[in-house]
Amino acid sequence: MTILGKDLIGLAGLTREQITGILDVAEPLKEISERAIKKVPTLRGMTVVNLFFEASTRTRISFEFAEKRMSADTVNIAATTSSVSKGETLVDTARNLEAMRIDMVVIRHPNSGAARFLAERIESNVINAGDGTHEHPTQGLLDLLTLRDKLGAIEGKRICICGDVLHSRVARSNIWGLKALGAQVAVCGPRSLLPNAIREMGVEVFDRIEAAIEWADALNILRLQLERMQLGYIPSLREYNRVFGVTRARLEKAPRDLLILHPGPMNRGVEIDSDVADGPHSVILHQVTNGVAVRMAVLYLLAGNKASLADVAKGGPS
Amino acid sequence: MTKPLLLTGGRLVDPTQGLDAVGDLLLVDGKVASVGGRIEGPEGAQTMDCKGLVVSPGMIDVHVHLREPGREDVETVATGAHSAVAGGFTAVAAMPNTKPVTDNQATVGFVKRQGEAAGFARVYPYGAISLGQKGETLAEFGEMVAAGAVAVSDDGKPVENSHLMRTALEYAQTFGIPVVEHCEVMALAHGGSMHEGLVSARLGLKGIPGEAEEIDVMRCILLAKLTGGHIHLCHLSTKGSVDLVKWGKDQGVNVTAEVCSHHISLTDAEVEGYNTNAKMNPPLRTQADVEALQQGLKDGTIDLLVTDHAPHHYDEKEREFADAPNGIVGLETALGVNVTWLLEPGILTLSQLVDRMACLPAKVFHLPGGTLKKGSIADVTVFDPARSWTVDPAQFKSKGRNTPYGGRTLRGRALRTIVGGKIVYELDG
Repeated sequence: MTILGKDLIGLAGLTREQITGILDVAEPLKEISERAIKKVPTLRGMTVVNLFFEASTRTRISFEFAEKRMSADTVNIAATTSSVSKGETLVDTARNLEAMRIDMVVIRHPNSGAARFLAERIESNVINAGDGTHEHPTQGLLDLLTLRDKLGAIEGKRICICGDVLHSRVARSNIWGLKALGAQVAVCGPRSLLPNAIREMGVEVFDRIEAAIEWADALNILRLQLERMQLGYIPSLREYNRVFGVTRARLEKAPRDLLILHPGPMNRGVEIDSDVADGPHSVILHQVTNGVAVRMAVLYLLAGNKASLADVAKGGPS
Repeated sequence: MTKPLLLTGGRLVDPTQGLDAVGDLLLVDGKVASVGGRIEGPEGAQTMDCKGLVVSPGMIDVHVHLREPGREDVETVATGAHSAVAGGFTAVAAMPNTKPVTDNQATVGFVKRQGEAAGFARVYPYGAISLGQKGETLAEFGEMVAAGAVAVSDDGKPVENSHLMRTALEYAQTFGIPVVEHCEVMALAHGGSMHEGLVSARLGLKGIPGEAEEIDVMRCILLAKLTGGHIHLCHLSTKGSVDLVKWGKDQGVNVTAEVCSHHISLTDAEVEGYNTNAKMNPPLRTQADVEALQQGLKDGTIDLLVTDHAPHHYDEKEREFADAPNGIVGLETALGVNVTWLLEPGILTLSQLVDRMACLPAKVFHLPGGTLKKGSIADVTVFDPARSWTVDPAQFKSKGRNTPYGGRTLRGRALRTIVGGKIVYELDG
């Protein structure tokens, strides 16, 4: 069975078997990053372009580590230093890259649909590293892997996504991935930061963070994008923290131990208090570690299953 | 001098005289000379056999963008007017959002002359409501009407200032022209690129709620009520708007309304896959809206069918969805779409379809034509409502190729278009 086709654009439309398949491939790849010599030859000779039209630290570096630990040759392109700043269109940029014979493009772009747009126009594999407010599938996968590590299974578990769901690609990828794996999914945030059609997406809505905490097995706390305040979606960061902030005092009232996830970067003291972020239930750094393994798995699967999985796990330094 | 033209044996459909019967039509000196029954042609007349075809008053599209002056690379008055006749339209009204804006007599006159020089469909210019479509200062309606403008609109943008809209509705009454509003509350629509709903939530595209249109529809109806002016509402897209127009008409307000062929046929599902040829403003909405608009046409709440023909260069549409421009071409697909989605399912009768595409546009905008009555201008559309054809954008006379109907099979196509008694378009001719 082919787990992935040419591209990974989103988790919407992926089956439970596909998602489980990716996570199962990621599982043995975790170990590579724990070695003294963190390199396997799997993608040797392949050229991967990290095409980032938006600022990113964590995702770009995570992809770059994943590529390098698989021995791919990587080139990083940031929009501000490329011909994009001279007005070149996305499709021209991509076609020019492809004319230099590349194998894969990892794209981060401020516009929803940009990854798919690119995937439909070039032969190379395309991995969506976040497109506008659409999807961020590798973040969704690393969240799923983290939940699976900590909760055992995801089926039937209650996961609440908290905060600015309206503008969050992480939220969308999580919703589709979690639902495919049989989780119960809820969101919690001010109604002004939830899509109007959110219930039609098959999730529950909590207006109060206290109710979400009482219900959930895990909270995935989204970053509050600070520019939203200027656009009038919420009155102030102060009030946001007072009403929706995940604080230790609120967590202490939980009927069970809650896992705390956050895709980062955090606004400490806004959506999450420091003693929660750094507290015993936080799995935030575990997410970051899993990010590399998940991205290695996606790179490997898209590269076409050329080496068998066992070879990858066993592979020594190149 | 054009030879007299005798159209024989067609199904003559003209709701302005309650006509739906097989018969002949004689056009002499640019006028309808005789209609109905068997007609003996004068000496030297050209005869055209129309057996099995519909012969109707020339269709009129009161909402097109011809891009000249300013964007002659995407359309000119001539290519747009050619596209019109290829779609069966004998006249179009060209919106004033040109570069520079058609907000003065000189530009109005230029557009009109370009239309006359092209010799395809009649081209009636709109004038802008406000200078530069900025929504601040009233344009010179009187001068523009004298130069050939048939209506005023800031289409593409709403007139947000209610005082200016009120004044326009009052001032336009001197000249007997409709004030035509693109209904949109910009603050609600801000940044949106498609209908707000489940599809937009899933695609991560900012949505435009139907209320952004409906609030402006209500405001315009109330201002028309206040002033007694004639408000014509552009491209309505929601069930709520239909309900509001119905309310306005019931109150006796001088309100008329139009709907685009795409809004009575397609939904926001077309956007799936980030299809920029399904991007327009107002956006494609839900099936409930589509059905309400169809019913509005049927019961007469909605007066007219239009295209909002909006050509763009393919490069401009070949990009990320949110950054792609709004609009699709429509002149060459409208008749087929309207037949396929309105006539074939029995929502409109043939007479009603002709009424909404030919007669009422002339009546609402006080234009010549829209009728086959003796003595009226000899603008005629000959079409085959049963003709099946597949849309191939590469064959369009328009410079624009941006259509969501490419590759679809439609029923209904214009075969001959006659303007002023002269055949200006013949399919396969």
